[in-house]
Amino acid sequence: MFKSVGKRVPRFDGIGHVTGKTVYPSDLSMPGMLVCKTLRSPYHCTRIHFIDTTEAEKVPGVYSVITHKDVPHNLFSMVPDHHVLAEDIARYKGQNIVAVAAVDKSTALKALSKVKIEMEELPYVIDPVEAMKEDAPKVRPEGNLRVFDDVDTVRRIRRGDVEKGFAEADYIVEGEYWTPNQEHAPIETTASLAYLDGNGKLVIHSKTQGLYFTLGDLSNVFQLPLNKLKMVGATIGGAFGGQNSIHTDHIAGVLALKTGKPVKFHLTREEEMMYTTIRSAWRFKIKDGIKKDGKITARYVDVLEDCGAYTELGLYALEKNVNYIGGANKIENLAIDGRLVYTNKMPSGSMRGFGVNIGQYAEQVQTDKLARKIGISPFEIRLNNAFKEGDENHVGNPLVAVSGIETLQKVAKMAGVELPKEYQEMSSK
Amino acid sequence: MSKVLKFVLNGMPVKVVAEPQETLLQVLREKLSLTSPKCGCNHGDCGSCTVILNGKAVKSCMIIALTVEGKSVVTVDGLGTDGKLHPVQQAFHEYGAPQCGYCTPGMVMAATAFLNENPNPSYDEVKDALAGNLCRCGGYQKYVDAVMAVAKGEFGPIPKGSDVDV
Repeated sequence: MFKSVGKRVPRFDGIGHVTGKTVYPSDLSMPGMLVCKTLRSPYHCTRIHFIDTTEAEKVPGVYSVITHKDVPHNLFSMVPDHHVLAEDIARYKGQNIVAVAAVDKSTALKALSKVKIEMEELPYVIDPVEAMKEDAPKVRPEGNLRVFDDVDTVRRIRRGDVEKGFAEADYIVEGEYWTPNQEHAPIETTASLAYLDGNGKLVIHSKTQGLYFTLGDLSNVFQLPLNKLKMVGATIGGAFGGQNSIHTDHIAGVLALKTGKPVKFHLTREEEMMYTTIRSAWRFKIKDGIKKDGKITARYVDVLEDCGAYTELGLYALEKNVNYIGGANKIENLAIDGRLVYTNKMPSGSMRGFGVNIGQYAEQVQTDKLARKIGISPFEIRLNNAFKEGDENHVGNPLVAVSGIETLQKVAKMAGVELPKEYQEMSSK
Repeated sequence: MSKVLKFVLNGMPVKVVAEPQETLLQVLREKLSLTSPKCGCNHGDCGSCTVILNGKAVKSCMIIALTVEGKSVVTVDGLGTDGKLHPVQQAFHEYGAPQCGYCTPGMVMAATAFLNENPNPSYDEVKDALAGNLCRCGGYQKYVDAVMAVAKGEFGPIPKGSDVDV
């Protein structure tokens, strides 16, 4: 019946992989190519008083030493609040401050050692809960909590009346769940090769996952019209969401414009692990009201996202998280408060699920807790509350092609769990 | 300081100027433009730079280039004969083991050297042999299954006495 389902189908690009002929961005080089290295913030929060690059520029083999003043437009990312090169304050350890293009790596590193920089370590905050306190060090000038739509520091979802729902419940069950930051850790570290072609167009071979996101963002950084900038994608050695954020393309591009020569910026493993975007850390506080028969009457979730020092993709992750944290459950009375807090850490990027499945970790553990409280099985609690065809989800969208109940029944079967008859006869229809 | 280094690369003699601090990986990638060994960590942790040095799988980022004087180095480019893939390559391809493919050249070399030493391994021995090669996509199971398939002869005999001598 099927040509491919259930069969071993070799990848279309598999031969290139097994013969080592696949070319990744980090494999690229060009004649006369320069190597980029950057000076990074040594502290979690650094005030930069002054930078003198004169001595660094004198090192033989150095073509260019740049600071934020050399970047045509110094802001980038989806929410453009991240500096290509830090200005007066570097807000996380490892933020780029100065970049060098030189004939080789050792020359570039030597030049960086000659940069005169006067800086001061400022008070910093790493813990998201501490960061919300009145007297916490300010990560960002506008405050440590993100303001949504210029009015409110809370992203709210409201449905029904939770207080009424809690009053109707036989039990109240509460839980608090934390998830840590996580690095994407692709085996290929981020790399860019930027050069000007014969007609003056800036070409960047990138490891990006979002070629056109990056194109738009960088045309702004370089202040170049789109027909003067060409992004070239590639087969890449792993991304896992981490390459939705720009780590090297912007700096390599500025240096290529500055020097007129090809510039490669290839991160070391240490840089990749410590200074690129990460999955944000989260805290979920869930309060549920539940009846003895297993029906959830109300749910309140307090969501806190630790976004690091710049918004990057953290806002997008929070928006998605608050939409889905209620779970695949029909709950008449639901309230969700989502807050995004800035801390002096690497900015949060996207990672495998954009804030959705990380919330499901908390939601699923909490749901098991509900089942234990009233003495029913983990299957029964989910089947009791499952969405059905035509139900509205928590933000009012009608659901189509719902199959949660059938999925759970199949899972039970595969796990060798015999469901009571009434649960076997349930249907999403 | 720098010296002329002579060794045999994939069956052919090569001569290259190397610095004392340079690694075999650097010489292969940066001086000989052979980019199949990858630089995933440069700390000997990830295995993506694995090559076969005098018959043994080694992490080329941990080998000082000048120490390979007169020795034989084989990369994935040296495998396969008469336009045919080496059985390990063929098996990895047919089992769909590579995903992004970045760890694959190192996996091929680690598996090839291992099968030369131990042509009839147990499943656990294969797992041990590939333990030094990280795959972030999580394709381990298929790599191990593919090596077992090669050991069972599913992809034909492993060529012996070829010009690359592995």
